[in-house]
Amino acid sequence: MSSVSQRITPDDVSKVATLARLTLTNDELATATTELAAMLDHFAEIDALDLDGVEPMSNPTHLVNVMRDDVVGAMLDRDEVLAAAPLAEDDRFRVPPILGLDD
Amino acid sequence: MTHINDTTTLTAAGIAASVRSGETTAVASVQRHLDAIAASEADVHAFNLVLADDALSRAAEIDAAVAEGQDPGPLAGVTVALKDNMCTRGIPTTCSSKILGDWRPPYDATVVTLLRDAGAVVVGKTNLDEFAMGSSTENSAFGPTRNPHDTTRVPGGSSGGSAAAVAAGFASVSLGSDTGGSIRQPAALCGTVGVKPTYGAVSRLGLIAFGSSLDQIGPFAHTVDDAALVLEAISGHDPGDSTSIEQPPLDLRSTLAQGVEGLRVGRITDLPAGASPDVQGRVDEAFDALAAAGATIVDVEVPAFGYGLTAYYLIAPAEASSNLARFDGVRFGTRVSAPDTNQMYMATRTEGFGAEVKRRIMLGTYALSAGYYDAYYGRAQKIRRLIANDFAAAYAQADVLLTPASPTVAFELGDKSSDPLAMYLCDTYTIPSNLAGDPAMSVPFGTGDGGLPIGVQLLAPALADATMFRAAAALERHAAQNGVSS
Repeated sequence: MSSVSQRITPDDVSKVATLARLTLTNDELATATTELAAMLDHFAEIDALDLDGVEPMSNPTHLVNVMRDDVVGAMLDRDEVLAAAPLAEDDRFRVPPILGLDD
Repeated sequence: MTHINDTTTLTAAGIAASVRSGETTAVASVQRHLDAIAASEADVHAFNLVLADDALSRAAEIDAAVAEGQDPGPLAGVTVALKDNMCTRGIPTTCSSKILGDWRPPYDATVVTLLRDAGAVVVGKTNLDEFAMGSSTENSAFGPTRNPHDTTRVPGGSSGGSAAAVAAGFASVSLGSDTGGSIRQPAALCGTVGVKPTYGAVSRLGLIAFGSSLDQIGPFAHTVDDAALVLEAISGHDPGDSTSIEQPPLDLRSTLAQGVEGLRVGRITDLPAGASPDVQGRVDEAFDALAAAGATIVDVEVPAFGYGLTAYYLIAPAEASSNLARFDGVRFGTRVSAPDTNQMYMATRTEGFGAEVKRRIMLGTYALSAGYYDAYYGRAQKIRRLIANDFAAAYAQADVLLTPASPTVAFELGDKSSDPLAMYLCDTYTIPSNLAGDPAMSVPFGTGDGGLPIGVQLLAPALADATMFRAAAALERHAAQNGVSS
């Protein structure tokens, strides 16, 4: 298993940026790598903790699978929603082609 | 420069009572606050948007209702400023980010509906660190907000605009959101009351999500009573929020006068160091004040408290990286055109998000990525459990805990903006309550270095918000009656 103190590399940061759909310049990549490495160094304190058998906590409430009744209720106004989008057409969000034109 | 207008001497409770009785008008209340905005907003920059015309016409409706013998509600004519990450139907909601552009939400956040139903008047949308990520309100696409007590200083963050709006007298009360201290830290730095209620006590419907398991909306106010008045109006179960707990609205004001006789106030003996001497002095004085009022001071331990910062800066960015995936140029605000969708997502997000938001999205994506999930996110979730367990053990011995809110008084603009980690340390004392889901609040308690405000923090177990308010009211009475030495 990886440990928190493991060093983050520019390649790691570049891969993460792509996963997050962000483009970084070379300068930004260098800065981000330095900053993230400094943070992860600080966070490495938790490597020493014995956490075996501790139940992970995802949120503070004890609510599970909250469902509403399956009945028709008030909905958002479609025209109002589409008016706030960058581009809409025929009652739908308009986007560029899913597949690149250069494929 | 200082910008504390005379409207800061008015309380929301006082305004509501006199508007309901017809002694004053809502229009007059709103106009006084608009005058304060006109006098000082250019220097403070608390707002992204001031809604002067809307506010005056809403106030006129309230006055008309009173004239017809109707009761406009417990917040009649009370001016309120909203952090600009809360949706307002048809009114731009920016999160202080370029990526949302001129986006106008198609619905109101539940808290906005509840405030209006209670007779409050929204005067504007306040500045924040972009998507609520920051501790100084310097990370805004629209420029920083300044502290009304000293405009060379930051107001704290991320709800710095909402804190400054109350501190400067632009609104009687305001709403902020608190994910790791974003209400309590700016409240401390601006000398206002600031409350993060129990997680789930206030609906998050219409609050643009940052860290969904941590985010909670709460009030800023001049007095503990005003904060209670607002929190009573905005709390309660909302079927539109799946994390809203099934509880009636909080009952707070009825307990404020009860005092703290017999209340057990915990001092955390293993609290992480870092508070400056002026802040620590005020915290010590606050313990003395509560003891003098009849409380018992008890020593407790919260061993995992110090690991809160690390757990938080893995969990919150992880949740943020997921929540902010929705800003992709398809449904909300701006788009940078590109030949295909993937390039359009990349171009829109790269252009639209600021540096701190990108930093946290990348940190969160890394913490969740294959091969690192167990080491980062998984371990952070286990530490979160330890913190919640430690608090639960401490609350077996104490009814409330008392700590610093911010480690220091307000710092100068630019002081920490080039060092993300130094900025993160501002939230050392506030973060653990968000991880546990417990209520906590900052109460003004004297001044420190440079004559700047200091806030002390009260913490309580989940759903014991009323007990926390009782202690806060006792501290406020002490400060008013005896003064706090400076």
